[in-house]
Amino acid sequence: MIDPLLVTKGLTRRFGGLKAVDGVDFTLMPGEIRAVIGPNGAGKTTFVSMVCGRILPSSGAILFDGADITDMPAHRRVRLGIAYTFQITSVFPNLSVYDNVALPVQRTMGDGRAPHADVMTALDKVGLADRAAMQAGQLAYGHQRLLEVAMGLALKPRLLILDEPTQGLSDAEIEDFVRLVRTVAEDATVLLIEHNMPLVMQLADRITVFDAGRVLAEGTPEQIRADAAVQAAYLGTGAGEAA
Amino acid sequence: MSGQDKPAKIYALHLAVLAALFALNFVLPAYYHGLMARILVLAVFAMGYNVLFGYAGLLSLGHAMFFAAGMYGAGLGVVHFGLGVPLAFVSGLACGAVLSVVIGLLALRTSGVAFMIVTMMFAQVFALSLIYFAAWTGGDQGLVIPQTARMLNFGAVALDLTDPTVRYMTALALCAVALFMTAALVRSRHGRVLVAIRENEERTKMLGYDTFANKLVAVTVSGTISAAAGAAFALLFGYVGANFAGVQYSILPLLWVLLGGAATTLGPLLGTLVMYVVTDTASSFTSAWLLIVGVVLILLVLFFPKGILGTLRARWLGWLP
Repeated sequence: MIDPLLVTKGLTRRFGGLKAVDGVDFTLMPGEIRAVIGPNGAGKTTFVSMVCGRILPSSGAILFDGADITDMPAHRRVRLGIAYTFQITSVFPNLSVYDNVALPVQRTMGDGRAPHADVMTALDKVGLADRAAMQAGQLAYGHQRLLEVAMGLALKPRLLILDEPTQGLSDAEIEDFVRLVRTVAEDATVLLIEHNMPLVMQLADRITVFDAGRVLAEGTPEQIRADAAVQAAYLGTGAGEAA
Repeated sequence: MSGQDKPAKIYALHLAVLAALFALNFVLPAYYHGLMARILVLAVFAMGYNVLFGYAGLLSLGHAMFFAAGMYGAGLGVVHFGLGVPLAFVSGLACGAVLSVVIGLLALRTSGVAFMIVTMMFAQVFALSLIYFAAWTGGDQGLVIPQTARMLNFGAVALDLTDPTVRYMTALALCAVALFMTAALVRSRHGRVLVAIRENEERTKMLGYDTFANKLVAVTVSGTISAAAGAAFALLFGYVGANFAGVQYSILPLLWVLLGGAATTLGPLLGTLVMYVVTDTASSFTSAWLLIVGVVLILLVLFFPKGILGTLRARWLGWLP
């Protein structure tokens, strides 16, 4: 029996009177690609923000690899191997693309080694190696999204949380991205918030559907596609149309 | 940084600047020679300020307290405990280091405007305490460090810090050490993390860096370098005074750094020098010299918001550290 990588128990976060996340029990197995979907305001980003430590829960517990990390500060969770890429692009716009990736790389490796090879490997994976010297703020939006992902990869995470990574990417870029996530999933677990349904159906091993702060359904892409409650709440009448 | 990393060129430039300053010792007339020694010490203060303001992006309005902590740490050591010059200097450094850790722990709980106000308030408390404990500190009058106490003994050789050349060379040595320390810091991993915090603190945290700890180190390094300048000032110029703890001496390093170029290694030195040259020139032909200084500063902020070296770096010399 393999132990789960991430477990949340009764995870809740209130903002004033609003329960953005309401008693979520969630289990993620290592090696999985898990998609989290749901309408806007369903609590997806709040949920992953609690997992990575940007927001503290109002109640409930978070276990990572068996250890309770509910009260652990965000930077220490990153050191445990939880990497988060921001929904709203958050790179260092005034630094070079290279330096953006060198920062996570130098943190994960011991003193004395030069970060150069690892930086270029991470940039190669997302196809930005030829833009290493550019200022990050001058990259096209889609490329900034990819730089975010490269920074996440450079942390060598055990759990990579991608918050709407394909927002603003072209179709061709999305195809590259699917290949990239599959490579990443060979040695990391991926938790993916995504609105692009064809991509989710193609990529995810399992899907968790959020609605109004609760887990509405969970299962394989086929089960979710067939679930009547999900169709009513989120997918509309046809599975392929929602975005 | 990485795209055009040229360490040989960078260190050659720093050495050339120091060589020019060394040569100035032999050509400057007496008045400017004394002024330059003062500028070199105050430039160290500006370099300390630049670590926190330029690189970590934290605007402190209370750095006079670190400068004064070094100054009084050294001066009181000499006057009340009869410390020799080296021990007095170490005492000044220690006072600055301890004070900056404590202030850092408290002030870093805030950020932005609140950080400016909190540091300013702590500096005011520090300055008023100096005046209150007049029995020890000399209050408003300050303390004069007697010439006999300002001797540096190396076995048989005694260096008199009141001698102009010895004073100039000591100031230059301190300036050189501070310059290479900040240059090394900026190029180190810690330096890159500080810049990352300045650019995007939330993201830096999510890359696994303890931003609070990194900022605390920055405050401590910055405060200790400022204290080194204060201690050197006391020992070289023989005077310890509460006016050096006043708000004016918190604003001045900010102006020097802005003028020379924040987040450039040589900017603080250049900014201090230019400010003194402008002040000195203006005051030589008009009593309204503050007006001229003010106009020069406004023009600089309007046309060179990145400071002299910051503008040079942005336009032509991308490799400048």
